[in-house]
Amino acid sequence: MLSRTAENLFWIARAMERAENTGRLLEVGARISLLPSIHGYRSEWDSLLQASGTAEGFDRKYDAAVARNIESYMFFDGDNPSSVVSLFNQARENARIVRTALTTQVWDALNMAFQELKQLERRPRSELELTEMTDWVTRTAALVRGSINATLLRNDGFDFLNLGYALERADATARLIDVKYYVLLPRVEFVGSGLDNYQWMTLLRALSLHRAFHWSYAGDITARKIADFLILNPQNPRSLITSIESANWALDRLAKSYGRDMDVQHHARMLLARLTATTVEDIFDEGMHDFVTRFIDDTAHLSHCVWENYLTGDVR
Amino acid sequence: MTTCFNEMFDADAVRQPYARLESWTKAMPDALRHMKQAEAEALFRRIGITFAVYGEGGDPDRLIPFDMFPRVFTAREWGRLERGIKQRARALNAFLVDVYGRGEIVRAGRIPADLVYRNAAFEKSVVGFIPPKGVYSHIVGIDLVRTGPDDFFVLEDNCRTPSGVSYMLENREIMMRMFPDLFRENRIEPVDNYPALLRRTLASVAPAKCDKEPTIVLLTPGHYNSAYYEHSFLADMMGVELVEGQDLFVEGEYVWMRTTEGPRRVDVIYRRIDDSHIDPLCFRPDSMLGVPGLMDVYRSGGVNICSCPGAGVADDKAVYTFVPEMIRFYLGEEPILNNVPTWQCSKADDLKYVLENLHELVVKEVHGSGGYGMLVGPKSTKDQIERFRARIESKPSNYIAQPTLALSTTPTFVDEGVAPRHVDLRPYCLVGDRIELVPGGLTRVALTEGSLVVNSSQGGGVKDTWVLAE
Amino acid sequence: MILTVEHVTRYEYDAPMRGMVQSHRLHPSSFDGQKVLSWNVTVTDGVKGGSFRDGAGDLFESWSVIGPVSLVEVRVSGQVETTDMSGILRGHREVIVPTCYLQETAVTRPDQALRDITAGIRDMEPLQMAHEIAARIADAIVWTTGTTGSATTAAEALASGQGVCQDHSHAVIAAARHAGLPARYVSGYLVAEGVQDAAHAWAEIFVKGLGWVGFDAANKCCPDDRYIRLASGLDATDAAPIRGSSRGGGAETLEVTVAVGQAQQ
Repeated sequence: MLSRTAENLFWIARAMERAENTGRLLEVGARISLLPSIHGYRSEWDSLLQASGTAEGFDRKYDAAVARNIESYMFFDGDNPSSVVSLFNQARENARIVRTALTTQVWDALNMAFQELKQLERRPRSELELTEMTDWVTRTAALVRGSINATLLRNDGFDFLNLGYALERADATARLIDVKYYVLLPRVEFVGSGLDNYQWMTLLRALSLHRAFHWSYAGDITARKIADFLILNPQNPRSLITSIESANWALDRLAKSYGRDMDVQHHARMLLARLTATTVEDIFDEGMHDFVTRFIDDTAHLSHCVWENYLTGDVR
Repeated sequence: MTTCFNEMFDADAVRQPYARLESWTKAMPDALRHMKQAEAEALFRRIGITFAVYGEGGDPDRLIPFDMFPRVFTAREWGRLERGIKQRARALNAFLVDVYGRGEIVRAGRIPADLVYRNAAFEKSVVGFIPPKGVYSHIVGIDLVRTGPDDFFVLEDNCRTPSGVSYMLENREIMMRMFPDLFRENRIEPVDNYPALLRRTLASVAPAKCDKEPTIVLLTPGHYNSAYYEHSFLADMMGVELVEGQDLFVEGEYVWMRTTEGPRRVDVIYRRIDDSHIDPLCFRPDSMLGVPGLMDVYRSGGVNICSCPGAGVADDKAVYTFVPEMIRFYLGEEPILNNVPTWQCSKADDLKYVLENLHELVVKEVHGSGGYGMLVGPKSTKDQIERFRARIESKPSNYIAQPTLALSTTPTFVDEGVAPRHVDLRPYCLVGDRIELVPGGLTRVALTEGSLVVNSSQGGGVKDTWVLAE
Repeated sequence: MILTVEHVTRYEYDAPMRGMVQSHRLHPSSFDGQKVLSWNVTVTDGVKGGSFRDGAGDLFESWSVIGPVSLVEVRVSGQVETTDMSGILRGHREVIVPTCYLQETAVTRPDQALRDITAGIRDMEPLQMAHEIAARIADAIVWTTGTTGSATTAAEALASGQGVCQDHSHAVIAAARHAGLPARYVSGYLVAEGVQDAAHAWAEIFVKGLGWVGFDAANKCCPDDRYIRLASGLDATDAAPIRGSSRGGGAETLEVTVAVGQAQQ
């Protein structure tokens, strides 16, 4: 398939997954801000902006990191490339470019979301509850994902979509973990405190994973269990290992249908093998922040390889 | 002007091609008609067939109004049109090969040298190059108007990249979905093989260096272009990749497209971008839409570009006047379809006549299109006419004038029911190793009562065009 | 006269480029007064593409370089035997009708000053007209480097009264076309002491009955046996011996060296 077509499909998936994650981040932020914190209100919202990688852009535009500003910036702001509106617009435009590579159902889902978002933008902000906004994102993203799974031809285009979803999800979960460990709790004595547990719960809730967690782990919530769940548990749909497994699945299918392995398959398999051999102890020994940082770099490298191997059209 | 030819009614009698349509409209209550009209619009919107008007702003997702009342030709009427159109397409291509070769028609004094060689559309860089099968213009769109039962006039030729064929196809699809009974009662020639014929035509002009089944692509300026829908539609229907300039690159003797499996050679490019943007190394150096080095590959026989760069010199409104002469010169035949008599404002005598008779003429810019920069004398105010007079006087060579034709009308659904509205016709002739014409075309209709301007940018609509089987 | 040419164009990038493609007109044609004895063009790591002769009689060659590439050197070397033909181009195979060279381009569009150059010459014989135009431009534009650039128009150069061979040629072309004489830009080489940092250019004007005649207003003469003719076009861009495009994010540094001398007998 044309490299540009693959690229557009890849970015539709990334945009949709990122929009969903922006929605989740907003939800995490809203919940965390209900808690007492020794850092005060400001730092919690800051962490939210940092996790979405948009702190700099926000600072240029707003003085105060108050809830209303952050919500506007992360949901509606066209200047913020990671806002929900920007991402849905981008996904719909990518879809329009490769309209013929999509089914009517997938196009309808994206196009309808675009129209609904326009309606949402017209409503006065005072009437809009944050939960309504975040629920809309979760629901719409699921609709698009569902249409892809239910109707799309299982060809290389399908694989590039799944690859986009998987790599974006890996990156997003990693960044969420990092917000928790690195930004919110830089002071060692708080690790393992009651406050910490409560915030872990909030994080699980925001990922819609709190019930799943309890089904998988008995007893108290501990940092160890959470880390295992978010990073190494292959049953968790958003864990790092599951995301990398999905990426491998898509990449293996591509290698098979194109009849050749590229660098990216090699790197993806290595990453998965390393994760499989990793224990929670290894992670704590290395330091959570260092581990997550390394993982984010590895994932970025995989994306770069996808681009080099498939999206430039230069590889012989 | 008072007696326009009505294609459905001859006095009170219904003309034969429309015989079965009379009962159809009579049996359709207003409510049903409104419902059907809404249904048609929803269908158009759903498939995403929209039209953006250049430089007008407004709704980029605007629909061209679709009129459900079909326009009908008999097999006999069409037969003559078909012969005339094919004759014209053949002559236009012969002209192009000639003027980029020895220029015999100029040497013979049948067309002025300046008109050809000083024409902005004349492409010096392809002089001496003969494209595969000697075809320069592979899709010739010929705009026709009708003034009587057997009187057709060619209004203009489009030899570059005539647009609108997606409407011809979609209009038919939608009519068949909404009114299947009509298609059972009338024996209507199908048009849906156009994409297959276009693909066949493009494949037939693959360059000599292509030794296998040719790879064809459709080159679009991108998704911001107003005709992007059509580009995407045609590529999809033909089963070829829709590419932008950035998807193609030149390496060695060929053009390649970037695919997820590496470079893939491209043999035929159906381009929907202008000559000046095709290759920054040959034309405008600032163009980002094209493919650097493409013209070198083309001229050394590594790829074909359809239509060929330079084809525009044949469809200029001033060159148009000489098409009947081309038919006589190259084919030794008399033109089957007539030109509209045309005055060249570049000629002193013609200019004098035009300026004296502005109130009853149609004046057009030589390089204009889309119904812009045009004066319809009888429909203009004194003030408008005077302002246009000043424009003509400041640059006469930029204008031609034609008599205001009494364009035929066909019944059209309007708010009050059915009323006659003026129409034109654009069939799409395909030229490759054979010359093909699907029985149909795009009928454009001026929806405003009395208006003669059918352009979609100026409030025109479209209709399904039927050719009845023998 | 036997002339030797060493012409090197060097492209350097501060970051590797993904690829490069060029369109060359670097092969002189043979005609009366110009005979190519030997000629060679090489491109570092280049893949030679299609080649053809266009309607103006110039030989085109397409070259591409597969990335990553940080340095490309286009090296031209050869020997040409020349004879003084008083600037008249004879025996040159071309099919483009001279009328085509009446076409204005952005850089050769005449302003009032350029139109004034043709004042009082309308009654002259075409050849005399052409000489007069070239002489007037030569007087009006003093040869000076560094004051004009590759995008300077004929009108701007004339207004400033300074310029290099490109500006002289554009001005001659603009005025000649205004006077109704087909005119074109020619790129080529001129014998010079030592190593230069650019090739040469002059104008050709079509004179009925005589054909194309060269005028080098920068040097106040017609091309003779010190000149080698490479390619022609409507203006400098249209006649450029090398047109190229590279893909990638690197910034380009361009270095040109030209050495044209008389061969030692």
